[in-house]
Amino acid sequence: MNMDLILFLTLAAVAVITAVSMIASRNAIYSALFLVLNFITIAAIYLLLDAAFIAMVQITVYAGAIMVLFLFVIMLLGAERVEAETRLTWQRPLSLVLGFVLLAEMVYLLFFHGGGSLPVVHEFEGAFGSPRSIGLVLFDSYLLPFEVASVLLLVAMVGAILLVRDERKEAS
Amino acid sequence: MIIPIQYLLALSGILFVLGVLGVLIRRNAIVIFMSIELMLNAANLALISFARTIAPAEAGLGGQVMVFFIIAVAAAEVAVGLALIVTIFKLRHSIDVDQVHTLKG
Repeated sequence: MNMDLILFLTLAAVAVITAVSMIASRNAIYSALFLVLNFITIAAIYLLLDAAFIAMVQITVYAGAIMVLFLFVIMLLGAERVEAETRLTWQRPLSLVLGFVLLAEMVYLLFFHGGGSLPVVHEFEGAFGSPRSIGLVLFDSYLLPFEVASVLLLVAMVGAILLVRDERKEAS
Repeated sequence: MIIPIQYLLALSGILFVLGVLGVLIRRNAIVIFMSIELMLNAANLALISFARTIAPAEAGLGGQVMVFFIIAVAAAEVAVGLALIVTIFKLRHSIDVDQVHTLKG
């Protein structure tokens, strides 16, 4: 056991526990806060994996902007506890069973069946995944997708405004 | 020292399965949406893990750039999706997905 592996296993345990708590908690605000913790944990794992820039983007965009939007909508709608009577009876245990079957398949394929054919991780020295190297690749090879992404964000913004517009108020 | 890729992919798989279970079990539309974000994150973790296995470092960085674009698309998706949820709430005064079984408003 080396230091990185211990750190990774601790972070992985925190990530799994927060994900389970997110699904299990009754109050939607608690779910959102557990998800923020989960995203920050995954950002720390990205730091372990030589992806410093992506870790920072994860914290600012996911844990910052997106989750604030979620919390804003939850509080705007007052929709913390909307699940009242349950109409799903046999579907819930079935979904648990199928989820565990999917997980068992993944673990079997990773550790017992195809583990030997997985690619080997290289050790990179220097600035792999730093903002400078990501920026050079992004604006060199991926300039067109970058511009298309900006158009996509614009379209999403226009679409969101159009969806929540009050049509009755404008007609009068 | 290097973390074995099996462990990373196993964590990614566990988080993905938890996201699937969240979508299947919960009926609050916002929590279902958050579970979808969890699944996107699991896929991002797998991409970041595989980015370190490609031999020239410049080619491996393509994986990280792809994660960057996935985060941008997820931001757009969240904006539109939450706008849809707000619209549904205005029409039906509920975001329980069981209540929303007809398309006609």
